[in-house]
Amino acid sequence: MVSPLDPHSPDAHHIATLWWWMLVVAGIVFGGAVAMLVIGWLRRDRPGLPFLGESERANTTLVVAFGMAIPIVILVALFIVSDLVLMQETDAPRASETTMTVTVVGHQWWWEVRYGNSRAATANEIHIPARTHVRLVARSADVIHSFWVPELNRKIDMIPGQSNSIELYAEEAGVYRGQCAEFCGLQHAHMAFRVYAEPPAGFREWLAHQEQPGTEPAGAEARRGQRLFMENACASCHTIAGTEARGTVGPDLTHLASRNMLAAESIENTPQELFRWIQNPQSIKPGDKMPGLGLGPARFHAIVAYLTELR
Amino acid sequence: MEAAAPPASRTRTERLGRIWEEPPGVLGWVTTVDHKRIGILYFFTAIAFFFAGGVEAMLIRTQLIGPNQATLDPATFNEVMTMHGVTMIFFFVIPLSLGAFGNYLLPLMIGARDMAFPRLNAFSYWVYLCAGAFIYVGLFSGNAPSAGWFDYVPLASKTFSPGPGIDFYALGLLFVGISTTAGAINVIVTIFKLRAPGMSLNRMPLFCFAFLAVSFALVFALPALNTALILLELERLLGMHFFAPAFGGYPILWQNLFWIFGHPEVYIIILPAFGIATSIIPTFTRRRMVAFPLVALAEILVAFLGFGVWAHHMFAVGLATATTVYFAAASLVIVIPSGIQLFSWVTTIITGTPRFKTPLLWIVGFIVLFIIGGLSGVMFAAIPFDQQTTDTYFVVAHFHYVIFGAAVFPLLGGMFYWFPKVSGRMYNERWGQASFWLTFVATNITFFPMHLLGLAGMPRRDYTYPAHLGWSGYNLIETLGAYLLGLGLLSVAANLIVSLFRGEPAGEDPWGGDTLEWSTSSPPPEYNYAVIPTVSSPYAMWDREDREADEANLEAGRRTLEAGHETPAGTVVDGEWDEVLEMPSKSAWPPLTALAISAIFAMVILQLWLSAAIATAVLLLVLAAWHGREPEEA
Repeated sequence: MVSPLDPHSPDAHHIATLWWWMLVVAGIVFGGAVAMLVIGWLRRDRPGLPFLGESERANTTLVVAFGMAIPIVILVALFIVSDLVLMQETDAPRASETTMTVTVVGHQWWWEVRYGNSRAATANEIHIPARTHVRLVARSADVIHSFWVPELNRKIDMIPGQSNSIELYAEEAGVYRGQCAEFCGLQHAHMAFRVYAEPPAGFREWLAHQEQPGTEPAGAEARRGQRLFMENACASCHTIAGTEARGTVGPDLTHLASRNMLAAESIENTPQELFRWIQNPQSIKPGDKMPGLGLGPARFHAIVAYLTELR
Repeated sequence: MEAAAPPASRTRTERLGRIWEEPPGVLGWVTTVDHKRIGILYFFTAIAFFFAGGVEAMLIRTQLIGPNQATLDPATFNEVMTMHGVTMIFFFVIPLSLGAFGNYLLPLMIGARDMAFPRLNAFSYWVYLCAGAFIYVGLFSGNAPSAGWFDYVPLASKTFSPGPGIDFYALGLLFVGISTTAGAINVIVTIFKLRAPGMSLNRMPLFCFAFLAVSFALVFALPALNTALILLELERLLGMHFFAPAFGGYPILWQNLFWIFGHPEVYIIILPAFGIATSIIPTFTRRRMVAFPLVALAEILVAFLGFGVWAHHMFAVGLATATTVYFAAASLVIVIPSGIQLFSWVTTIITGTPRFKTPLLWIVGFIVLFIIGGLSGVMFAAIPFDQQTTDTYFVVAHFHYVIFGAAVFPLLGGMFYWFPKVSGRMYNERWGQASFWLTFVATNITFFPMHLLGLAGMPRRDYTYPAHLGWSGYNLIETLGAYLLGLGLLSVAANLIVSLFRGEPAGEDPWGGDTLEWSTSSPPPEYNYAVIPTVSSPYAMWDREDREADEANLEAGRRTLEAGHETPAGTVVDGEWDEVLEMPSKSAWPPLTALAISAIFAMVILQLWLSAAIATAVLLLVLAAWHGREPEEA
């Protein structure tokens, strides 16, 4: 499901193949060593080696052969294959090798996603065109996180003050789960995301839509929700393009309703769950930076009505 | 032996007994400088911390028994997870191996009457105890560290961890580092200078080579950790900046400093276990180790090469490719000395005539677990694979196979092996073997599924996980395995505790042991050996003529040093008789010094700077008193 052994990109395929080869060789080595121990048990009353008898020279030769000679051959092969050849595939891509750049910034505990020079911004959802070489730039806004989509590529740490990059390439359209891999505090466990790989045309359409400002609320309830959003602390942390909400502490909510999940994959994005989340975020993600504002159910319902229109 | 001893010998042993006697009761234990008593103190303290770390492990596993559990809230989980690592590594494994096994056995194995610096030795113990108490005061006052045992910044900085938990961590590790450094220096000097005259380095048991290598590694590795901790505290307590990029700092600096210590640390944890294996295997296979010089060399090489591989903990950090490739190559090279040792153990077992008693069973179990942990370790030198599986349960599986399987199993085997020597009684053999099998099976049930869990994509250090990702089954099995593992370890403890009171008398040498400690009584007298043993090979107990020479020497009063509180010192390499050392005796200054240091750390964490200065002044006074001349002892 989210396994590195279920690869959906050339890089992930390489790594998975490397694993299976290493497993085979490791299995042979393990089997051989355990077989030697079993021989030791079977011959517990007989001194000396089978066939070779009691010769210190033969004993030492055995140690040198199994402890040095054979390992050197295996290790050199492993080094060449994995660290000289494969490394080049999974290494950070050069700018010329990719056709677009997506920047992901790790926050405690969510993912901010920006698309090239586009104004579009998402949170905890990364949309990419399928069968396209995407350069993923990983940064951090606070502590160290690690960006990892096991089915698509290796992981890359997000270090404050540093820009790292890897390639994201999905062989087919699909949804791929990712999760923070470097311990980053209280809600490290609830810092997941999804990569949505879409056919390139669909992706371009999606991106064009995401660049639009937030929809103006239609109904009275939603308009009241918008007013409440702007008057309360919501607007100081979140941005909704086209409004006066320009906070940058929390996720951009311009198209919140278009997302499938909330709170970095913690809950489904339904009106009920959204209500539960904004009313008391600490009960869902204890320690999260989002405070419960204590506005009372009626006002929260209005805010939910507004947010669910932000498609 | 005593009963049959001729009068001259008995007079000498009685005189030595009077010279080396320590006061009885609690006071005797507090002021002791006897390496065996200090070893026993270390042992029980380390076991207490093992218990604490074990309880923490059970809490972690209980929280993870199923998806979306709430046994622990995330804050508590992070504290428990951090304390589990800190406790097991800094307050259990190293003190147990270096402090308990090293202290008790090294002087015996080299034919000395004590460690080179007996009071420094006592001081090391008391500092260790106080440092452990210090960090657990943090836990029980609700201020446990929670940034993981490697404590990465910026998470561990004041901004993201404002409470004093991280200060308890940093100061506690600096504190215990004093103990470890002093202990390591003591071991080095003891091994270099106090070997029985005649024990040149090539006649020294492999156990001692392992501990020598470990001690050197500690002396050179700890400064990097201490530097990192001091920088962190300068940031946290005094507002300086070393790690925050906003102030020109560099967060990776912490990782480099920490792992420059942290990787040698892995070999520091595992090498004593190798040393124990090289003691138990010859005794129970009734033959000398195959390729002795290669093994001795490999033990030292492992400790040395361990300093050149640290960045393999940082392959996902985004280091330059050339850097990662270099560290991957170095990490592969270190496989060779491990391979030599592994196949030396295996070949010795094949060519010998092994008796699979409890101690050897633990060693065979250790070999199997070490192969698994070693093979998964080699995989991490394949950089792309490392970058895929690091920070997942695959790495958790790997290092538990190495640290629990390969380091703790030999320590458990060593407990059974030397139990008769230390207690004078035999443990229950059938019970011991049953405990081994229970623990061995439970270890694999607990840790093997972690490989699969990592390959199924579960990151480490998550306090919970969702139900739909296929992780629940593995986690459930691991938790049940952990409970079983707890039972296995309790059954080991029960066997040893019951045997302490009811075991059959063991005699001097129940195993036909290979090294010198088996030549003295069980438990050994305060002075260890009435005669400084004659040694002509690393398997001194199997040199019958030398042991007969000892008895003749005792009768004739040669090499007995019965004029005072004395032990001989030899030259470093050849072990030729150099001089006779007057050894210090009981003293209250080491525990008092440890208390004064505790006061300093307590005042620093409370940020009471004036009181800290006063405590420092008190420490200086205590040190002055310690080093002032004392009245001659009777």
